Amino acid sequence: MRKISIGLAALGVAASLTLAACSSGTPAASGTAGGTASSGEKPYIAIVSKGFQHQFWQAVKKGAEQQAAKDGVTITFEGPATEAEVEAQMNMLTAALAKKPAALGFAALDSKAAAPVLQQFKDANIPVVAFDSGVDSDIPVTTAATDNKAAAGEAAKHMCELIGGAGTVGVMVHDQTSRTGQDRRDGFLDGMKANCPSVKVLDPQYGKGDPNVSADIASSIIEANPDLKGIFLANEGTAIGGIKATKEKNMVGKIVLIGFDSGKDQIDAINDGTMAGAITQNPVGIGEQVVAAAVKTLHGETVPKVIDTGYYWYDKTNINDAKIQAVLYQ
Amino acid sequence: MSSEPTAAAPAAPTVVKGGSWRERVQQLMALAGLLLIFLVFSVASPQIFPGYSNVTTILFSTTVVGLLALAATLVIISSGIDLSVGTAMTLSAVMSATFIVNWHLPVWLGIIATILFGGLIGLINGFNVAILGLPPFIATLAMMLVAQGLALVISNARPIYFDTTEHAGYIWLSTGSIIPGTRFPNAVLVLALAAVVAFVLLNKTLLGRYDISIGSNEEATALSGINTKKWLMIIYAVAGLFVGLAAIMISARLGSAQPATGAGYELQAIAAVVIGGTSLSGGKGTIVGTVIGALIIAVINNGLQILSVRQEWQNVILGLVILVVVYIDQARAKRAATT
Repeated sequence: MRKISIGLAALGVAASLTLAACSSGTPAASGTAGGTASSGEKPYIAIVSKGFQHQFWQAVKKGAEQQAAKDGVTITFEGPATEAEVEAQMNMLTAALAKKPAALGFAALDSKAAAPVLQQFKDANIPVVAFDSGVDSDIPVTTAATDNKAAAGEAAKHMCELIGGAGTVGVMVHDQTSRTGQDRRDGFLDGMKANCPSVKVLDPQYGKGDPNVSADIASSIIEANPDLKGIFLANEGTAIGGIKATKEKNMVGKIVLIGFDSGKDQIDAINDGTMAGAITQNPVGIGEQVVAAAVKTLHGETVPKVIDTGYYWYDKTNINDAKIQAVLYQ
Repeated sequence: MSSEPTAAAPAAPTVVKGGSWRERVQQLMALAGLLLIFLVFSVASPQIFPGYSNVTTILFSTTVVGLLALAATLVIISSGIDLSVGTAMTLSAVMSATFIVNWHLPVWLGIIATILFGGLIGLINGFNVAILGLPPFIATLAMMLVAQGLALVISNARPIYFDTTEHAGYIWLSTGSIIPGTRFPNAVLVLALAAVVAFVLLNKTLLGRYDISIGSNEEATALSGINTKKWLMIIYAVAGLFVGLAAIMISARLGSAQPATGAGYELQAIAAVVIGGTSLSGGKGTIVGTVIGALIIAVINNGLQILSVRQEWQNVILGLVILVVVYIDQARAKRAATT
C-alpha cells in the first residue's frame, strides 16, 4: 500500500510540474530565422497576456513568436487561466520583473491594479508595451490594440442593413467587467442607435464566454422574442453558443447572427449561412506589433503612442480573401 | 447518527427508513417549490414561458448540470464533496474528442471509453479519500486543478472539433430527437435515464445502502463489518461515470470539446443538490430532490431571462432561493426532531 501511495504522490508531483510548466509559458525558440550563432546574447522580452487558453491569445502568441524570430529576440508568453484572474496576472507580472527582461509586453486585465508594478518596471528602466486593452498610465511607450468600440459599431451598421432597419435585436457579451466586453457592448448599442434608432435592442446578456451557458441564454432570447431579427455575439465563446442555439431552435435563416473574432465554429457558420458575418481583429498582427514596438524602443527609436491594429468585417463574400484568411484562426 | 457501534448493521436500515418519511416530505416541498416558481413565471409571461418550446429549452439547459448533480449527490450522501466534477467533465470531454477524433475510435467505443475515463477520475478521488485519508474537499479540489490543467495540456489549449458528418451520431446524442416530429432533445432523455439509474442505485442496491450508512456514521458502518474504504472508492467511481456521461452530453451539444470551460459547474451542481434537500453533512439525500433542484435552477435562469430581468440580478435571486430553501428545510428538520 505504501508503494502505491508513493507512486501516486510521484504522479501528483509530475502532474503539478506539467501544470507549472504549462502555465509559466514556454520560451519561444527564435533562432530559426536569424541564424543560431548569437543565441546567448539575444534580448529577452517578457509578454504577460490576458490569457492563453483562448484561440485568440494563441494567435497573438503566434504573431509575437514570428516577429521574435524575425527580430532575433527571445520571448515568453503567459497569461492567467481566465480573464477574471487579476491577481494571478499580478503575480505573473512580478515574476516577469524578477527575470529582468529587456522589455515587457503587457495586456492589463485591470490597469489600475497593475500600476504599482508597472512603476517598478519603469524604475528598472524596462520599457513597457501595452497591448489589447489600454493601461491608464503614461508608463507604456505605446499601446497596440483594436479599437473595439469602432469595431462593434461596424457590426451594428451591418446588423441594421441585414435586418432592414426594423424589429428586435439581442445582444450577448462575454462579461460586464472587462474592457473589451464593455467597449463591444457600448460600441454596438451606440451603433444601433446611430444607424437604425427604431430597432428595439434588448438588454445585453452575459454568458461568461462559456459556449454552453451562452447557448442556453441565446435559446431563452429566441423563445422570449418572437419578433427577434438578429443577435450580436461579442466574442468567440459567446458566438459558438449563439450558433448552437440558432440551430437547435431551427432558426437558421430566420435571424441574423453577427459574431466577433473567428474560430472554426464561426467560420463554418458563415460558410453554411447560419451566421451572416463577423468582425475579426488582427490577433497575429497584435502579437507582431508588440514585439516590433519593443524592439524598436530597445534600439532607441520612437514609436507612436497608439498603434491601431485594425479590424475587418468578413462574411461569405470575402472570407476566402487572402487579407481575411491571414487574420482568421481555426 | 444515533446508531451504536455494535448495533450498526441492523441500525443501517432504520436510518434509511427513518429518513424516508422526512425525505418524502422534503421531495414534496421541493416539488411544490418548483411548481410555485413555474407558476409565477407562467403568470408573468403567459404567452411564452409555459409553452412547449420554452419548456423544452428549460429541460435541455438542465442536462449538463443535472448529470453533474447526480454525481455530486452520490458523493455528498457519503458526507463527502466533489469539487472536481466541472473540470473532470471538461477533461473527459477532451478525452472523448481524443478517442473519437484523434484516435478514430468508433463513436460507440469512444463513448464507453469516455464514461469509463470519468469513472477512473472518480476512482482516483475515491482512492485519495478512502485509502490516503485526504479530506474529500482537499482531494477533489486537487483533482479539480489537475483536471483543468490536463484538459489544456492534452488538447494543446485548443478546442477539438467533432466532424459534423463523420460523427453526426455523436452530436445527435444531445441535440437530435429520437421521438420523431417533436424536436425534443435526446439530452433530456439521457438525463432522465441517468436519473432512473441513479435512483435505483441509491434505493435498491447495496451501494445506496452503504452510501447512506457511511454518510450517517462511517465508523459504525466499518465496525459492522462493511469494507467502507472499498465502498467509498466505488461510490466516487460511480459518481465519476455520471461525470463522464455529462462530458459526452456537453461535447455533443457543442460539437467540440472546449478545454477552457468547466470551472464553476461544480458549484451549480452542488447548489442543485442542496436545493433538492440533500444534507451536506451526509447520510440523507434523494435523486428526485436533486433533479428537482437542478430544474429549479434552470427554471429561474430561463424565467428571469424571458422576463428580461437584468442579468446581474439573476445570480442574486438564485442565491436567495438557495438560502430560503435550505433554511426552511433545516427549520422543519429541527421541529421534527424536537416533537
